[in-house]
Amino acid sequence: MKSFKEYIAYPYGLWMLIFIAVPLLVVVWFSFLSNPDFKAGVYTFTLDNYQEFMDPVYLELLYRSFLYAVIATVICFIIAYPLGNLIVSLPGHRQNLMIVLMIIPMWVNFLLRTYAWMVLLSGSGLISQFLGLLGFRDVSLLYTQSAVILGMVYNFFPYMLLPIYTALKKIDPDLLRAATDLGANHFQMFVKIKVPLSLPGIVSGCMMVFMPAVSTFVISNLLGGGKYMLVGNLIEQQFLTLNNWNFGSAISMVLMTIIFLVLGIARLITGKELDTGGQLL
Amino acid sequence: MKKIVLILSLLCLPFLAGGCGSDDRAELTVYNWGDYMDPEVIAQFEEEYNCRVNYETFTSNEDMYVKVKNSSDTYDVLVPSDYMIERLISEDMLRPIAKDNIPNLANIDASAQNLPFDPGNQYSVPYFYGVLGIVYNTAQVTDPVDSWNLLWNDKYASKILMYDSIRDSMGASLKRLGFSMNETSEANINAARDALIAQKPLVMAYVTDNVKSLMASGDAAMAVVYSGDAAIIMSETDNLDFAVPKEGSNAFYDNFVIPKNAQNPELAEQFINFMLTPEIAARNIEYVGYSSPNTPALALLDASWSNNSGFNIDKEDLTRSEIFKDLPSDVMDIYNRAWTEINVSK
Repeated sequence: MKSFKEYIAYPYGLWMLIFIAVPLLVVVWFSFLSNPDFKAGVYTFTLDNYQEFMDPVYLELLYRSFLYAVIATVICFIIAYPLGNLIVSLPGHRQNLMIVLMIIPMWVNFLLRTYAWMVLLSGSGLISQFLGLLGFRDVSLLYTQSAVILGMVYNFFPYMLLPIYTALKKIDPDLLRAATDLGANHFQMFVKIKVPLSLPGIVSGCMMVFMPAVSTFVISNLLGGGKYMLVGNLIEQQFLTLNNWNFGSAISMVLMTIIFLVLGIARLITGKELDTGGQLL
Repeated sequence: MKKIVLILSLLCLPFLAGGCGSDDRAELTVYNWGDYMDPEVIAQFEEEYNCRVNYETFTSNEDMYVKVKNSSDTYDVLVPSDYMIERLISEDMLRPIAKDNIPNLANIDASAQNLPFDPGNQYSVPYFYGVLGIVYNTAQVTDPVDSWNLLWNDKYASKILMYDSIRDSMGASLKRLGFSMNETSEANINAARDALIAQKPLVMAYVTDNVKSLMASGDAAMAVVYSGDAAIIMSETDNLDFAVPKEGSNAFYDNFVIPKNAQNPELAEQFINFMLTPEIAARNIEYVGYSSPNTPALALLDASWSNNSGFNIDKEDLTRSEIFKDLPSDVMDIYNRAWTEINVSK
């Protein structure tokens, strides 16, 4: 007889089936159709949607999306790793306080935070006014590439910090002491002990930032003013404005496949160490 | 187990009560653009005609069309634009208007009637109209605002707001090159596309809803907008004016129509007639800001409205402008593709 615990997992399984597996299959199916007429029951299978995406225009768009996401991920990492080290070195109660402070902004709705940045970055906004005082006139930061990347870094930063913090916290301090005892200097200890042991946290943090960044369309729309289209915007546009669900589905499939490949590579990097904790995946 | 069933059914009770409803008033379902009718006016109609109005809104003609065509819900009154009315008529989805039931039709100016999309107004009753143009900051824009070329003037680099909509942005570019708003030639559409790609470095942003704050703060010097939106922005901010380029532009007419499968067509006609009474029309104008063909209503408005160039549109600007046509899908594919290329370009 199955235990009670196994039974209470059923609603979750059902949820996954209805809201994840089935819609995904519909997207796959749609991506292989051309102009289906559901009322008349006419479906023509085709690879045209995928072939259309191989156009240089779209490939460049894909490249741009990856470039922005990689830049945002790297910036997040550069800020989060030293910060994670700093937080771990604090006494326990202050560690918790710091983590709470990092998480509090996430309680505010994502859209609201992005709209707030629009106000801050606009030509009459606080940041431009401040730069004006320093002698930089007429600096408009809104609707630039930097604004889009800033939006990504700001919105996804906690996803980088938390796994890194968890991974660093799990490192046994005795290991570090042993390293110092055995003659390792600070740099050697960092490179040979800390980094490898926190690698799963780093990889999982990078994934957690990279994935939403590469597929975002809200940030590029609001902070980029429609000038810096990303692959997420292209998908949104196919579904909502151009009413070409089949091409939209095909782009989604391409993006999803690439993300899975990246995930696979991440798994290879961390190898078995994925079990040592710190990862959120 | 019995307890659980009991609790569940108790929990469901309020929903059941709400579902049945003791409301036996007649129902009217209206499907209109967002922010396109004063809610108080609707409440007044409900009271005077002892009925209940289900008021739903849409954001584009295409959204409305898809919903009306595919959904099992039926509507009594719709407010589509010109080209969409043409499509609905050609697909036999509209019910002819019994003009005898709408005596207030006499209030409507002749210029808004008998237009090509519905000759003789057999199926539609005029509500609002407007024209695409440029709202600009009179302190910042020193050149005359009389041509779409202004949007290509690098003096105003990063101060130009374009309208994030395919037909409107492409239309401005087509008109500037001397083509039609309803251009069907691929070469001409692509020429308009290339012009927009060349213009992109000068553009501050492609927006639909953020125009008001960017114009009010002076961050943007000019924006491509529809007249009624300009009228509202100008009524709240000084130093702004509105002009329609001499090359011509897009003029639109949003009319009331009654779908063929309307549940309550008589009440629908009463609703339309009610909206055409001068006092009610005036209240809707003050709420919406678009130009109204309701002549007696105009007399009831505050003087500031007749001085507002976004509301009081020059008749010549209208005659120079074209009404959108419902383009065939293979032509729309060229437009869509061109728009994507503009979006993707640097």
